[in-house]
Amino acid sequence: MASKQFDIKSYTGFKGITLLCLIILYAPLVVVTIYSFNASQSLTNWEGLSLRWYVDVFSGPESAKFKTAAWNSFVIAIIAATTATAIATLAATGMVRGGRFRLRPVSFGLISLPLMVPEIVLAVATLIFFNSIGFQRGLLTILLAHIAFCIPFAYLPISARMQGIEDSYEQAALDLYATKRQAFTKILMPLMMPGIISGFLLAFIVSLDDFIITNFVKGAGVETLPTAIFGSVKQGIKPNIMAISTLLLSLSIVMVTISYFVSKSDNTK
Amino acid sequence: MKNMMKSGVAALALTIGANAATAEGELVLYHWFEYMPQELLDKFKAETGITVTMDTYDSNEAMLASLKAGGIGTYDVSVPGDYMVAIMAGEGMLDTIAEGELKNKGNISPDWSDPSFDPGRASSIPYQWGSTSFAVNRDAYDGDIQTTDILFNPPAELQGRINVLDSQGEVMALAAIHMGIPQCSTDREQLKALNAMLQEAKQHWASFNSDTAKEVLVSGDADVGMIYDGFAAKARQEKASVEYAFPTQGYVAWMDSVVLLKDAPNRDSALKFMDFLLEPENIAAVSNFARYNNGLTGTSEFLDPDLLAQPENNPPETAGPGVFIEVCDEQTQAVYDKIWTELKK
Amino acid sequence: MAAGATSGGSATTDTYKEARTWLLLPSWVTLSILVLAPVIMMLIYSFLTKEFRGGVIWEFSLSAYDQFFFDRGLFGDEPPKLEWTYISIFWRSIWQAGVATLLSLAIGFPTAYFIATRSEEMRPVWVFLITIPYWVNLLIRTVSMKFLLRDQGPLNDFLINIGLIDSPLHIVNTNFAVQLGLFYSYLPFMVLPIYAAVERYNFSLSEAAADLYASKLTTLRRVVLPAIKPGVIAGCILVFVPSMGSFLAPDLLGGAKNFMIGSLIEEQFKGNAGNWPFGAAASMILLSMVLIILMFSARQQAKADKAEG
Repeated sequence: MASKQFDIKSYTGFKGITLLCLIILYAPLVVVTIYSFNASQSLTNWEGLSLRWYVDVFSGPESAKFKTAAWNSFVIAIIAATTATAIATLAATGMVRGGRFRLRPVSFGLISLPLMVPEIVLAVATLIFFNSIGFQRGLLTILLAHIAFCIPFAYLPISARMQGIEDSYEQAALDLYATKRQAFTKILMPLMMPGIISGFLLAFIVSLDDFIITNFVKGAGVETLPTAIFGSVKQGIKPNIMAISTLLLSLSIVMVTISYFVSKSDNTK
Repeated sequence: MKNMMKSGVAALALTIGANAATAEGELVLYHWFEYMPQELLDKFKAETGITVTMDTYDSNEAMLASLKAGGIGTYDVSVPGDYMVAIMAGEGMLDTIAEGELKNKGNISPDWSDPSFDPGRASSIPYQWGSTSFAVNRDAYDGDIQTTDILFNPPAELQGRINVLDSQGEVMALAAIHMGIPQCSTDREQLKALNAMLQEAKQHWASFNSDTAKEVLVSGDADVGMIYDGFAAKARQEKASVEYAFPTQGYVAWMDSVVLLKDAPNRDSALKFMDFLLEPENIAAVSNFARYNNGLTGTSEFLDPDLLAQPENNPPETAGPGVFIEVCDEQTQAVYDKIWTELKK
Repeated sequence: MAAGATSGGSATTDTYKEARTWLLLPSWVTLSILVLAPVIMMLIYSFLTKEFRGGVIWEFSLSAYDQFFFDRGLFGDEPPKLEWTYISIFWRSIWQAGVATLLSLAIGFPTAYFIATRSEEMRPVWVFLITIPYWVNLLIRTVSMKFLLRDQGPLNDFLINIGLIDSPLHIVNTNFAVQLGLFYSYLPFMVLPIYAAVERYNFSLSEAAADLYASKLTTLRRVVLPAIKPGVIAGCILVFVPSMGSFLAPDLLGGAKNFMIGSLIEEQFKGNAGNWPFGAAASMILLSMVLIILMFSARQQAKADKAEG
């Protein structure tokens, strides 16, 4: 029976496509990693193995700039993604579990608005807007803008997940005299977790990657990783960018490995 | 997670606090990406005690847009290209430097002390100058490259191997030089011919890229690339067969200048900074970093010897004149915008 | 089959009806101030007179929309014809974004399904595996992608070495490269929402379908897909809409020989053109087009739900 169920779940070819997907995703990163060890200035000529770009990242003239930029990027991405995910979770509950109401399409339109407006327009408009209300540009303006445009990226996976959860679980809890708040936090939220994590991760990478809006709303002297990295464009992309990218990759892999073992030890408890 | 957020918020508050406190001796510089060595800013601080905060942009037009959207009054100085200095002056975005306010003004080389884009250097000082034409991979083509035909009427072996800068001003100026018509021409027949010529030439172009102008040449994705001289020098260091051309018809010249912005919050610091950049030793440090020329006298002793000797800085005798990009009036610019859109539609 | 539709379809319930306003308020406030207000400002700008070299003059004008729809020749004095330039730019962007979305769906759906059927502790690992590459900046990823696809790049070398092709495939600077680039830029935006939906899917429904002698493909099409439809739709929106306005992949991989909407609009604000009202108008047209597509698909979905329910 068990083998039959497994058979029903799996489709031949899906595993192959998944592997293809991973190859496509990681192939360019292999290039990044290899060229971060290139001895040459050039991005395209290979001149032997060297650690000079890693030395450059940590002690070169720009190391301070990149350090602050990386720190800014992570703080902003984590706060913006967390806030956007919280706002999106509440909104999804209101939209999916709030019954039918007239403003529902309008509300959906509002939530997906940041997706639909080209970034450059949002960038110029936000800049003019912040200036017109006399808001000084700085980290706070970046953070606010990021929270706003991260919301739809968090909202869509969360609401898609919620639409897949029958409300019978919450109803059963309510029948057993749970309060609505308890039904929400004890029943719905745990069931929602994969959706919420997906939403958070999407919001996180969107914030981490944003250049156009950040470049317009950031104040003088405030840099995030993308704005610092784009600096190299003017003089050609240097391998120190490849070294930074490889370091980021390693960091993310280490974090994922740790969280995997932590969750595994939790499960075995 | 909670702790992480707390420290994040604290860091944020700290930075905002630091931003708000406008200490004495500050300077807010609005500058191109990667065009100012950090060491020089540190030196400026050591000499004057003024802390420089730098914000960066990636094109003249992006800087103009940001200043128009409310940036005026928050920056002290910026570094526009030649034609942009004229535009900004026309927009009333520049402050005038009174006679005697810059004690090193005499260091400006006579060639650059009275440029057409800022007569008498009323609001600007020279920063760096260079040229824009194109470079060719000599392994792929060994014929004559000192002609704009390479870009606009290419020989068979170069067709489909050409990268052009994704920049209307430079492409249009070089196209006008190629056709021997004045820039910003209002003659209808000339404009129609220009449009037709570009449409024809585009068929032989592989791509429009500014960001990777150097990479495509070095990697061999393109054999001809429209490019700035300093960039071409770097490409040559990575691939010896890359040769920069000075066409007999002429080429585009440019000069970036440091301008004093209107309503500068730290006007005194701005003037000190300009004086600092008018010291031959300091501006030479920029040249050595960016691989372009400067507009001061007495800098040669501070320059890298190979910078002076590099072929990208030394036009052959056959080279045509270097001309600045001209600023068209509104009506003419509308036609040029239309031609550009037609070219890229 | 009906069970599949109701258990997984877009069933809206009213469990938290009383709290609805409070639940929605944070998103309304945030987005109204930070996005809607700037967008309304842009809407106003699109009806103003352009100031030469950027900016607006506060005088009502329809010339931005006129420029979009009517062609008056190179010098602006010929009798107006319908302007195809911008319409074809829009059409090209829709086409490229559409192909990229289909590509993402074709690869992303099986991947999401595969991940969702892994063991419980392996699923988060897979989800992270999909998102880790996106810690590296988009520009760097795109440049590396270009490096791989080049005529003398590793992909062509590999294909020639295994004897699949004789001469290198020209991929860079083609439409296909743009589609590939867009696909690569937004793949997790397809995978994650579908994963979140499939993870919730009740596989006993597939079993029931199999017991009723439905083939596996039929089961996938008639039982699984309807149940996870919200996830698929969310994924398609998240890939399609940003792809339309994107310009990094078109510029770097496609050679920027042909405008996409994103670069056209960017040029109006950051380029030589400096025509803010026209940029605003083009954005508003893009915005209304996307809205119409979204509303249309929402209506179709509602109809389908009604028909099945």
